[in-house]
Amino acid sequence: MAEKVWRAHTVRARDGEPDLLYIDLHLIHEVTSPQAFDGLRAAGRKVRRPDLTIATEDHNTPTDALPTTSLASITDAVSRTQIEALRRNCAEFGVRLHPLGDNEQGVVHVVGPQLGLTQPGTTVVCGDSHTSTHGAFGALAFGIGTSEVEHVLATQTLPQARPKTMAVTVDGELPSDVTAKDLILAIIARAGTGGGRGHIVEYRGEAIRALSMEARMTVCNMSIEWGAKAGMIAPDDTTFAYLRDRPHAPAGADWDRAVDAWRALATDPGARFDKELRIDASSLSPFVTWGTNPGQGVPLSASVPDPADVADETQRAAAARALEYMDLTPGTPMRDITVDVVFLGSCTNGRIEDLRAAADVLRGRRVAAGVRMLVVPGSARVREQAETEGLHEVFTAAGAEWRFAGCSMCLGMNTDQLDAGARSASTSNRNFEGRQGPGGRTHLVSPPVAAATAVTGRIASPADLS
Amino acid sequence: MRSFTVHTGRAVPLRRSNVDTDQIIPARYLKRVTRTGFDDGLFAAWRADPDFVLNRSAHADSSILVAGTEFGTGSSREHAVWALQDHGFRAVIAPRFGDIFRGNALKGGLLTVELDSATVEWLWDAVEADPRTEITVDLEKREVRVAQRIWQFPLDDHSRWRLMEGLDDIDLTLRDEASITAFESDRPLWLPHTLPVV
Ligand code: SF4
Repeated sequence: MAEKVWRAHTVRARDGEPDLLYIDLHLIHEVTSPQAFDGLRAAGRKVRRPDLTIATEDHNTPTDALPTTSLASITDAVSRTQIEALRRNCAEFGVRLHPLGDNEQGVVHVVGPQLGLTQPGTTVVCGDSHTSTHGAFGALAFGIGTSEVEHVLATQTLPQARPKTMAVTVDGELPSDVTAKDLILAIIARAGTGGGRGHIVEYRGEAIRALSMEARMTVCNMSIEWGAKAGMIAPDDTTFAYLRDRPHAPAGADWDRAVDAWRALATDPGARFDKELRIDASSLSPFVTWGTNPGQGVPLSASVPDPADVADETQRAAAARALEYMDLTPGTPMRDITVDVVFLGSCTNGRIEDLRAAADVLRGRRVAAGVRMLVVPGSARVREQAETEGLHEVFTAAGAEWRFAGCSMCLGMNTDQLDAGARSASTSNRNFEGRQGPGGRTHLVSPPVAAATAVTGRIASPADLS
Repeated sequence: MRSFTVHTGRAVPLRRSNVDTDQIIPARYLKRVTRTGFDDGLFAAWRADPDFVLNRSAHADSSILVAGTEFGTGSSREHAVWALQDHGFRAVIAPRFGDIFRGNALKGGLLTVELDSATVEWLWDAVEADPRTEITVDLEKREVRVAQRIWQFPLDDHSRWRLMEGLDDIDLTLRDEASITAFESDRPLWLPHTLPVV
């Protein structure tokens, strides 16, 4: 499948040079774009295809209140400058922007799919590593740096060396208490943070087919966390049902034409991959991280591992360092670890299904005393949908904070930060040192585990509550 | 882009693996809208420790960073490259790099040199024993030299040529503009557009 999409987008191929790929959709946000627009301006260039480009504000935006009338309420002057720069640049270069307060604003990887802009067989890029999310639709989607953002703006293409391919086949059925997040954390723990490096990974097999689009996005989202260039899932009826009638999905006769083309994308039977990994879905259970990279995870029912048991010397040193940073002792049951903050949100788990799953656990319960729980919808639309369903009332009744859409504590760029020494259970994708705030300690979890953890104040699964 | 042929300088031994881009520059330092001025954010969390290797006076004026494997994994932020360059680094040596970081670095003129772990260990030991040790990174010959020792490193011809010439990728691509235009005229019309088609 990856090869088909690649071939269909190759504008130019020459020996000894990277292929030149055409880009169907370019997503923009405020943090990695200002220098790219400056570059265009300095060279006197235009945006080649504003009609294939879309921008939103997410990384830096406040989520406690909405600055509807002016940006003056964004107290951090530098954050404000960045958002102002994005608005100026979009106006000057004719790029469509969904600013704060707009119904389509939100985390860029939630917004693209929900508008129906992310479609099977397309190429999607964004100056953000979690662009891999869009691969859930069978798109070839990957994160790029600011120079590449400028390159795409100017030429709508990108020179790329052809990556290798890898298949991850998940056989069998996921147990009912195991989510897509547990699955991807388990895959990363198995393969290691560098296991996918240089490969486009195709997730396949019975358990993947059974996932909803939102769950597939969670899986593809974290492809980058094990080093993969991109993650993809072949489009099928689940994909088409999700896309149908979205604002930018093809309509009428075009819809049928598109679906025919999409069906042809699936990997041919017998096609060869450079690497393969097989996972038995039925063997999995809720999974959480104990360390400072997403590969350092264990089943929730297990204990903090002992670095002395790690064979590889580099990994052993990394594990010891991680435990020191996380202030954990080997042998402590994961269930005994207490948390200060629970964060539900991000492009990994900030979609409506994620909020529903957490609300189901929280309904009729309360967040433990001394624990702060932030619920940050992935987009303004998700927030609106959740309010229609009354989910916000479940969260507020439980004592959680119901906030506005953005990246928020996923990366702690705005004021939503973890204090030094504080510990979180977070549905985001990175548990790096200081990711959620300097000195903060992060355990990556699924939305149901986040909710159960909020209730008990210790890492817990919903099954622990009854 | 500043071109790169041969560079000789002192090195900082960073004995850590899996140094991700959040470590190289934390998100709260990404708010500038310019391409320079990111030095203050470089390894910000670790630099608070006066004994962190970058703070030691013996390693002032170094221009080569020698790090453990999987350097630059994580976020796509090109600010990580800019911060390293703002600090004066011209090359980073490590056994392996995060893909996006490596791409960003090579585009921006920061050379990423892949040498195996044993060699990196050797370099760490050498630089720690004598911080004045000079390392030469020779892009033309694709080799690293210290005194009499020589190691080869891999780099594809195209990246090497671009770096040596200091060429701008966009100019290179625009030489093929006719192919891009031809490709565009063949795209199916039902593909998504963000703006109304006129
Ligand atoms: S939610 Fe987190 S991972 Fe996703 S785009 Fe925002 S900062 Fe990046």
